[in-house]
Amino acid sequence: MIWLRGHLGDVLGLTVQHIYLAGVPLLLGLLIALPFGWLARRYRGLYPLLIIGTGLLYTIPSLALFIMLPLLLGTKILDPNNVVIAMTIYTVALLVRTVADGLGSVPDEVNQAATAMGYRRVRRFMSVELPLAVPVISAGLRVAAVSNVSIVSVAALIGVPQLGSLFTDGFNRAFLDPIVVGVTACVLLALLFDMTILGATHLVTPWQRAGKASV
Amino acid sequence: MIRFETVSKDFPDGTRAVDELTFEAATGQITVLVGPSGCGKTTSLRMINRMIQPTGGRIWIDDQDTAQLDEAQLRRGIGYVIQHAGLFPHRTVVANIATVPMLLGWNKRRAEARALELLERVGLPTSFAKRYPAQLSGGQQQRVGVARALAADPPVMLMDEPFSAVDPVVREQLQDEFLRLQDDLGKTIVFVTHDIDEAIKLGDRVAVLRAGGKLAQLADPAYLLAHPVDDFVADFVGRDRGYRALGFQASPQFLLMQEQTVPLGATPAQAADGARDGWILVVDANRRPLGWIEPDRITTPIEPEMLQRGGTVATAGGPLRNVLDAALSSPSRRGVIVDDQGALLGTIRAHKVLAEIEERARPELQDDEAPR
Repeated sequence: MIWLRGHLGDVLGLTVQHIYLAGVPLLLGLLIALPFGWLARRYRGLYPLLIIGTGLLYTIPSLALFIMLPLLLGTKILDPNNVVIAMTIYTVALLVRTVADGLGSVPDEVNQAATAMGYRRVRRFMSVELPLAVPVISAGLRVAAVSNVSIVSVAALIGVPQLGSLFTDGFNRAFLDPIVVGVTACVLLALLFDMTILGATHLVTPWQRAGKASV
Repeated sequence: MIRFETVSKDFPDGTRAVDELTFEAATGQITVLVGPSGCGKTTSLRMINRMIQPTGGRIWIDDQDTAQLDEAQLRRGIGYVIQHAGLFPHRTVVANIATVPMLLGWNKRRAEARALELLERVGLPTSFAKRYPAQLSGGQQQRVGVARALAADPPVMLMDEPFSAVDPVVREQLQDEFLRLQDDLGKTIVFVTHDIDEAIKLGDRVAVLRAGGKLAQLADPAYLLAHPVDDFVADFVGRDRGYRALGFQASPQFLLMQEQTVPLGATPAQAADGARDGWILVVDANRRPLGWIEPDRITTPIEPEMLQRGGTVATAGGPLRNVLDAALSSPSRRGVIVDDQGALLGTIRAHKVLAEIEERARPELQDDEAPR
């Protein structure tokens, strides 16, 4: 604890980095997964292709991806954008299926009714399908958030600073304190992400909490 | 007016769902499409607002070929009600009803005011406005579905088995209210059902479709019951046709028998005093009939649970079917006739009703359908 008191500023800085590296890809990944998920729903033939294809991305080891991306993109090895892009890829890998299944959970008669009322495709997606898919998408987003917080720490090995740097630091010096602080901070961060998503979901789905008919 | 002109629908797998269908749904009337499953009735309905594209023929609304119109614009001008209502679960009742006005670009205040007006119109309290669909019963959801279809006051309404997912008692209520609403609104309605009784009750005209999407017969309900065009239609309209047809004939001013009545609490002696053929009618303070009783069989003042309630009650001037049923179902063999307020007017025996029925002409067979 004495160590933490002496390095509070550093730890906070690393935490902010960590939030950025795990959080931004979560939003980018969701935005990218939405059209892919929609495509997988709309064209049934594409469903297995998109789901298996994006799912496979998740199996690429993170360290390999962190090292390969600069080669593929021509970025510098220490550029934090490499990590943002890699984490976005993982998020997309987890969320395409979630989005497709979320859209699939919208009752058929609701979609039919929306079309019959005169919704055009894009507006129907935005104001009927997407809001109704939120509970399912939110569940997938929570998994992706926790996964991101954990995977980002590996980026310490390629020298991009965040909470994972505390692990390499502690390991190099055979000193336990930074490792304990790093793990604790990661767990708290995962919890914070989870709570944020849960809270946001709660806000946009008041209809989920409406009680059943009293008749 | 909606006009089908040799409309066909072939699905990609080669099945023909609708086969050169030609008919007109008249302005301001309810035209019911009825038939067994696989007769293409729902497909036909959905071709009107182009949820399904016809593969042949044309569908006209007034003088507009629907194929020439923008799909979304066309649909915003056509009310649509489906089974299970298909309400948006994430929107409040008032937002659900305001859907089409909002799509048409009304401002929010006007759309919500209109939605509240319709909520009352379909018989729901305005306190339901902020509820979500999951908080309503099936029948209430269906009413909201009807209100939503009416919101932008479209001249044309399409209804796809709207009342078949609710229990029979609620269904009957919804049907009656729907007819009352239509009396006020005079929409051009195409209504799909598999239930011939519903078709006959609601339809100004009934189109019977057979499997493969062919029109078997299009006629008004009384004509359909009197002159089914072939065995298929005869089988489909079912048994009791003669009896059911009486539902379309208003009863005349019958000469009614006057009845002595007693109130609840009358003694056996008082009851026996006015009884005829061993029976006397018990009424409430407003002369509304409560039930029959046999004074000989009671020893204490009349209690509600002693009454025979088997008899139905017919309203004067209502359908002959109800009058005959009142006579047939009455324990005393005297059918009870009441006025619009439900107060007793008198009674009538079945043979008097039958004599009247025998005097009535059946719907005339149209020339072009006469046997050759």
